[in-house]
Amino acid sequence: MDVNEKAKQLLEAGTVQAVAGFQTGTRGVRRPVFLRRAEDTGRMVFDPGCRQNLAQYATRTPVKRLGRLALTLRPSGIRALLQLMAERQIQEPDVLALAVDPDGQVTELATAEAMEAHLALTADPIPAEDQALMDRLDRMTRAERWAFWRNELSRCIKCYACRSSCPMCYCGQCTMDCNRPQWVPPPSHGLGNLEYHMVRAMHLAGRCVRCGDCGRACPVGIPIHLLTFHTEAAVQAQFGQRAGASAKLDYALSTFRPDDQETFIR
Amino acid sequence: MANLYQLSSTSLDALFAALRADGRRILAPTDRDGHSELNPVQTPADVARDCMQTTLSAKGAVFPKVEQLLGYRLAPGQVQLADPERRAEPTVLFGIRPCEAAGFQALDAVFNWDTRDAFFNARMANLAVIAMSCTRSDEACFCTSVGGGPGATGGSDILLTPTAGGYLAEVLSDRGRAIQALAPELFSPAPADAHKADLLAQVPVAFDQPALTAKLPALFDSPLWEEQSLRCLGCGACAFVCPTCVCFDIQEEGDKQGGRRLRTWDACGFSQFTLHASGHNPRPTQAARWRQRVYHKFSIYPDRYGQLGCVGCGKCTRACPVDMNLREHLLQASQAQR
Amino acid sequence: MTDMFEPKITAFVCNWCTYAGADLTGTSRIKYPSNVRVLRLPCTGRIDFMLLAKAFARGADGIIISGCHPNDCHYTSGNYHARRRWMVYRNLMDFMGIDTARITFSWVSAAEGAKWAELVSEVTTSLRAMGPYTEYQELALAGVE
Repeated sequence: MDVNEKAKQLLEAGTVQAVAGFQTGTRGVRRPVFLRRAEDTGRMVFDPGCRQNLAQYATRTPVKRLGRLALTLRPSGIRALLQLMAERQIQEPDVLALAVDPDGQVTELATAEAMEAHLALTADPIPAEDQALMDRLDRMTRAERWAFWRNELSRCIKCYACRSSCPMCYCGQCTMDCNRPQWVPPPSHGLGNLEYHMVRAMHLAGRCVRCGDCGRACPVGIPIHLLTFHTEAAVQAQFGQRAGASAKLDYALSTFRPDDQETFIR
Repeated sequence: MANLYQLSSTSLDALFAALRADGRRILAPTDRDGHSELNPVQTPADVARDCMQTTLSAKGAVFPKVEQLLGYRLAPGQVQLADPERRAEPTVLFGIRPCEAAGFQALDAVFNWDTRDAFFNARMANLAVIAMSCTRSDEACFCTSVGGGPGATGGSDILLTPTAGGYLAEVLSDRGRAIQALAPELFSPAPADAHKADLLAQVPVAFDQPALTAKLPALFDSPLWEEQSLRCLGCGACAFVCPTCVCFDIQEEGDKQGGRRLRTWDACGFSQFTLHASGHNPRPTQAARWRQRVYHKFSIYPDRYGQLGCVGCGKCTRACPVDMNLREHLLQASQAQR
Repeated sequence: MTDMFEPKITAFVCNWCTYAGADLTGTSRIKYPSNVRVLRLPCTGRIDFMLLAKAFARGADGIIISGCHPNDCHYTSGNYHARRRWMVYRNLMDFMGIDTARITFSWVSAAEGAKWAELVSEVTTSLRAMGPYTEYQELALAGVE
């Protein structure tokens, strides 16, 4: 069954009150749409152009108010739902994951267990071009990396599209919004930009589900997702813990093992 | 009355050289690292060949994303103010679009409304605009619906329109004439059959803006705004790329030795934009914030300043991570029953 | 005196081990460079990663972070959490091009007065060779018009 039929079925039966999917927008881009009526489901599409992580909306009040929500999701979106459940931001009954495979066929995943099982069967590597750029950065000298990020971050305008598009950045009051004290400078000078992106990467360490929405959202084309991807890979390599694997919280930075291995502490 | 000339494409090298010899910095769209943005350029070769529009607008030339308003150093018993001299570098904007040039008027309306903003005015006084007419447009553009057009002259000192061998050049102001005077031999009379309108992109009018502006007060409580803003993420991308958006924040940075006061871009889409110290937020929902964005540009600006707060450039639509297409939303509003 | 560059070092140390150890260095009359400014916290587990970033932003040329040895934390597990945090943060800093050679992490117990002195001396010497961390300190000026 494809997304349109599935959405129609779910809405007609009243299984969910809204379906978060995609429709075609300006200049052919795919954008989120929230369908409430079965007769509107013909608008939905799900193709390689549908990249955004719709799990982002599972914690947003105007969308939550619509009722139980079904979401058409890629594996990163399912990971996001599991991580949000682990962090107690959403509850299993409130969402219905619709996993769409490359043929456009939909699998309904109503429970965390079902989502975990589905993910275990689905390979979802980081896109090749992102991996290639991360490898290139790893091969650079420290000074070259500094120059790379200085150059990229100089374009940052602190619009927070990256933060706003991230399903894991759900804090009602972000640390950036706190001004007593103003911990990280809001202005988009060199220091304000570096510190903001550093804070964000650390706050996402062990929580990032690798959807890449932050990098896609950036209006000035900074590959900001590489910071969170890289940190996520380091957390997995060092501690074997990964975000979005389960609805049971296993957060690397609030746990430890007495025999954690490092090479740099004297 | 604009004077109409023609320039050959090769004459741009000499024009740039003349501008630089006159001590002016030239900002133009460039393709650097695959992104089209306004950057300082030396020669026409540095200018992006095929850039329909830059992502960010030209407002950064007169209203930078971070600007120091004052600085100070502290010593025992004294405060030394370092007031940055409000001297702006003489600058020429080359190749921006008519919609972006029109944006300066909307910025001026706010920055010179009651208090005259010395920082903005110093930069505007040192700015000249050589805009480039549009030979193509996309689905996000709607300049013709808001009183503009692909060849509109508002806000430009010289407007170039690409032709087969070069450009038509309309010299529109004293600043434009001053630039022409730097290299008058480059400006030959335009051919008698030059017809600018034939060279421009076609941008059909999308909606009746005066009717929409008249209708907006009645639509304040419409459920339309919640519906349109369901997917809005509440970031600041639209406000920051907009040529007319002018909201700013003021930040103090300092320590026991000294500090500075900075002005920086802000956006009404941010959830805490209208948060009061009491904890009350008059715009607590994204729907309220989205509605205010539309009303500010299409209802409040006309009331207060007698002009629109939107130039129809479409940058907001293109920059938006979730394709909040302003033209589409405005058309829907103009058709809304309630 | 010559105009030799003297690095400014900010040290974040835990109260129960390293701070006491540094105190022992003093009572033992062991000399060590005065380049270090010591900040006392109850436990390394309390050290927010941003404190390190702020130290650089405020003009530190180098940073020392030091606490109780694993298994000896006064609060049982604070240093284990700190260790994890440092592993992740150091990785991120290096990826962003921040000079992690300017940051020294160590375990110094209350009895290791000599180790503290040796650590500070070594760090001071190597930072003197590296020079001031101007590329970081210039960040606050970059992009301000």
